[in-house]
Parts: sequence; C-alpha cells; structure tokens
Amino acid sequence: MQANCSDYLIFDAENGVYVENPEQVVRDDVEKHHWLNVVRTVAKDWRLYLMLVPMIIVFLFWRYFPMYELLGCFKVTDEVKPVSDQFYSGFSYFNTLLFGGSNAGLSADFWRAFRNTFLLSFYGLCFGFPMPIIIALFFNEVRSNVARSIYQVVTYLPKFMSTVVMTSLVMMLVKQGSQTSGMGILSQFLVAIGAVDEQTAFAGLMNNPSFFRGIYQISGIWETAGYDSIVFFAAIIAIAPTRYEAAQIDGAGKMAQMRYVVLPSILSTIVIMLITKIGSLLNIGYEKVLLLYNPNTYQTADVVSTFSLRNGVEGTMKGLASAAEMMNNVIGMLLVIGANTIARKASNTSLY
Amino acid sequence: MKRRLEISELVFKVISYTLLTVFAITCLYPFIYTISASISGREAVEYNRLVLLPKDIQFDAFSAMFNNNMFWNSYTNTLFLTFYGTIWELGLSVLGAYALSKKRLLFRKGFNFFLVFTMWFSAGMVPQYLNYINTKKVFNAIGIMDDKWLVVIAMGMAAMNIILLRNSFESVPSEIEEAAIVDGATEMQVLWRVYLPMSKSIIATVALFFGISRWNGYFWARQMIQNQNEHPLMVFIRLKLEQYTDAEFTAGWSETYATDSIIYALIICSIVPILIIYPFIQKYFAKGVNAGGVKG
Repeated sequence: MQANCSDYLIFDAENGVYVENPEQVVRDDVEKHHWLNVVRTVAKDWRLYLMLVPMIIVFLFWRYFPMYELLGCFKVTDEVKPVSDQFYSGFSYFNTLLFGGSNAGLSADFWRAFRNTFLLSFYGLCFGFPMPIIIALFFNEVRSNVARSIYQVVTYLPKFMSTVVMTSLVMMLVKQGSQTSGMGILSQFLVAIGAVDEQTAFAGLMNNPSFFRGIYQISGIWETAGYDSIVFFAAIIAIAPTRYEAAQIDGAGKMAQMRYVVLPSILSTIVIMLITKIGSLLNIGYEKVLLLYNPNTYQTADVVSTFSLRNGVEGTMKGLASAAEMMNNVIGMLLVIGANTIARKASNTSLY
Repeated sequence: MKRRLEISELVFKVISYTLLTVFAITCLYPFIYTISASISGREAVEYNRLVLLPKDIQFDAFSAMFNNNMFWNSYTNTLFLTFYGTIWELGLSVLGAYALSKKRLLFRKGFNFFLVFTMWFSAGMVPQYLNYINTKKVFNAIGIMDDKWLVVIAMGMAAMNIILLRNSFESVPSEIEEAAIVDGATEMQVLWRVYLPMSKSIIATVALFFGISRWNGYFWARQMIQNQNEHPLMVFIRLKLEQYTDAEFTAGWSETYATDSIIYALIICSIVPILIIYPFIQKYFAKGVNAGGVKG
C-alpha cells in the first residue's frame, strides 16, 4: 500500500495547524513489521544481520540455555539426565531449602549461606563504598601531576592482579605457623601491634571464622579502592576552579568548600554508583570466596554460590542447588531492576 | 592574586599526602615482599627474617620452576587462551555492536533487550556448569576434542562491553558513513575503514578488558579442562598452593629454597606480563571506566 504525503498530516482546524496523523504512524508501523516486509528488509541488508549472528549464537548457547537448565530446580530427579526427560515436582526443593522439611541441616546451611551473601555485600557497601570517594578527594589535593600519576599507577595496580594471585598472596601473608616455618608476615605484624593474640595467629587467620569477613573486606578494599576512585576523581576535576575561588572569597575554609562545592558536584555520581552497588548486592563474586574459604570458615564464609557449587557440582543435588541459585538470582534481578528504576527517576540516566 | 594558605587547607593537604602515601605503600608492599621472598634463602623465608629486602639471595626457586615442564605448559596454555579468547570476543563484540548501533536495524530494541537481560539475570553456577557439560558433548561430537577451545568460545562475552562499543559507534557522525557509501563502500568496508579507526581508543580499552580477564581467568578453566597438561597458569598456581597447604608439602631438605619461594616465584611469573604492559595501558583503563561508568 503506497501512502502519499497527505496521509501523514491532518489539518487541526481548532488551532489552524497541520499535525502528524497518529493513525498513519500506526499503519506504517504495522506495515514495517509485516512478515513479507521484514523478509524483504533483511534480505536487502543481509550483511548487517549476518554480523549479529555469531554474537546471538554465543549468547543463546551460553547465557540463555543455562536458564533452561535452571528449570531443573522444579524437576524431580537429581540424576544426570537431560532436563527435558525429567518431570516436574513443583516447589519441593524450595520447600526443603526454606523450611527444612526432610533435611533440616541443609536448610540451615542455605540460610547461613544466604545471610553470609547478604552480609558480605552489605559490609562491602558500608566500608568499601566510601573509600574510593575519599581517595579521589585526596588525589585532588595532590597538585603535582607527576606525583599524582605515581600515586594513581601504584594504587590501581592491585586491580589487575587475578583473583587467584590476590588470594594466594593473602593466604601467604597470613599463613599459619608450623614447626618448620613461621607464620605469615602480616600475621606477625598484627601480633606485634597487639591486634591479634599470638596463638590465634599461629593457628592461621584463614582458619578462623571470625577473621574471614575482615580479611575479605580489607583485601577487597586493597584491590579495588584505587581503581574505583577513577570515576569520582573524574567528577571532581570537572569542577570549574572559579567555583572554589568564589567560595574562598566568601570566606569558606577547606571543610566548607568540601561541603558546599565538591559534594554537590559529585553527588549525582555518588548516587548512581551507590544505586548500582545496591543493585548488585546479591551478585557477589563467588571466585574470591571460593579461593579464600575452607571447611573451618564455612560459618561466616559460605555464600549461596559456593553452597550450590558444593551440593550441585561437587555433590549430586543439582536440582536443589539450582533452586538455591534461582532464589538468589531472582532477588538479585529484582534489586537491579529496582535500582535502575530509581536511578532513572533520580537522575534521568538509566544505567542499562 | 596570591592567597595565603588557610590552616584547614594545610591540615587537609598534609593528611591527604600522608594517607595516600600509606595506601600506596600498602598497595606496593606485597609485591616487593613477593619478589624478595622468591629470591631469599631457605632459612630467611621459613623463619621470617625477611621484612622488605631479600636475604641470602638465591635463584634456585626460579630455576627449579623453569625446569618444570608443567610450568611452561601452563604458560603456553594461558597465552593460547588469552590470544584466541581476546580475538574471538573482540571480533564478535565489534560485529554485534556495529549492527546494533544502526538505527535501521529491525527489532533493534529486541536485540538490545536480549543482551541487557543477561546483565540482569544470570542462571547461576550450577545450570551453567550443566550447560557446559552438554556443550562439551556437542563439541566432542563435531570433532573438537580440545577443551581449551570450549573455554575460548564459551567464556566471557560481557554484555556491558558490547554496549560500550555500541555507544561509541553510535557517536560516529552518520555523514561520514554516508560519504563512504556514496563512494561505493560495502558494509564491511564502512566498518573497517570508518568505524574502527574512529573508535580506536574504546576498542583498545575493550580489548584490554578482554585480554586481562582471559589472562586472569580461573574458575571455568579449572572446571572445564580435565587434562592436566592443558591447565592455564592460574589453575597451575592454585593447584600448587593447595598441594602446599593441604599436605604440609615441603621441599626436600637438600634444597636451598623454601617451598613458599616456589609459590612466590610463580606469582611473579604470572604478573610480569601484566606489569610490563601496565604503564602503557593505564590511561585506557581510566577512559574505559569513564565511558562505561554512568551511561550504558
């Protein structure tokens, strides 16, 4: 159907102007998505669509097919059978995990893992989030470019170490002592300043559940604080110098300048980063926990991913492990979407 | 107009410099200690006489490691995974991002959602593991017996980086593309001659993200690669560490180095390539964070 130009505009007699005809827009839209037209457009532009194919295949195979595997959490057998051959059993795994049912110990483990996941993220948010901002403020005080680059190069460095290298270093620095060798250098330091008593340090801080969260958070800050400060520092150096000068003329000291010049300027960045962090509250990186924990520290270290790994991959309860991850990830997704909505409302910038 | 430094400013400056220096030392110290411990004598390491600088210097730990074939194997494997992984990931991402950046693409919103949804919701570790087992069977059936290829093809692919590239392509002015088309350029030529040169820095950034994450990859490589000879370096380091902590594994009495030194030497070998390229790539990382930090 050929549309001529008079179809697109209709005369609005009330205001005496031509306005767009909404009906024709809809008609166009319908026509554009008619299957014959779709085929024709794709055929004409096939190179463009061909470019999408490899990406879509990879995402389909290794991002979306696992979601189909996830349906295993509603199905009954735990044998290694294709999910399609099993039959649905409803929410029995969820029931076991949440309320105990036939296996109360497992349920207790799940709740412990869920609590640990939340707490590790939450403490990370409380202690880890302000650090990059503080460091960015400090960077701003360093006026010499050379000195600042040196500080930046050095503090970004830990970010590029792999998790394996980082955790290996941590474990070596706080390792237990034995008859043939002393304890790690960091343990010695902590004993020397009286932060830890010698017996505990000698038994190995990594074997002590009460130190796990501390070590996890401090190594996390060590790893990311410098690198994460980049985005805040970029916001701070974007502030026009005239604004500081104006504040100084009005008699503002350093603290007042922080309060009335710097803070309002970087507030939007802080809010967005904070919301992103809250959104990923339950998507805790399992690799680091997996590499740092051991059976002695399950009490504070076991998170949902590692719980599932032990039961599903190393153990045989695949359906149950999938159910645990399903719950964690659905709550995680709701948090992300909620955070994104808030970010859009608050700053007109959508994160995704 | 020269302004006198207020007391509060001075105090703040002093605090900034002090704390930054402390933090910088904390960041640097473990690396220096690692180097020292890898080349110090056995007694100095075992009885912790070591604080910063090496004592009783020996290079036997390094030479023992260099004589280990498994080490060279794992190093080659890591290079293999990093090289092919980066090329594969970058190729797919650039092609996909280019197509997605075109306004004329049908169902553009749908394709975007297809990507972004994977950022919101991931199936989790166990379903992913089961899926890898299945795809491994498929790979074996079509004749790819080497697990490394599965790791190369299936890992990574972060939607965030594709979106970063897409945004960069979208910001290329369409007039340049039109000019190229008028001159008779095909789709591939437009991408190759117009878009790639104009978004060089963002492509470099994304390639570096891919490369580093491949170099550092551990978990799935360990889960998926059964054959010990095909383990990458990170898995090798971890297995050594586990062997050492689990079984109270110690070097023979005749050795001049402590067991710890081997681990430290391994760590150094794994980070040296990153340290070498690090000064050159540092500025790209800053760029990448700023481009990807807020919009997406």
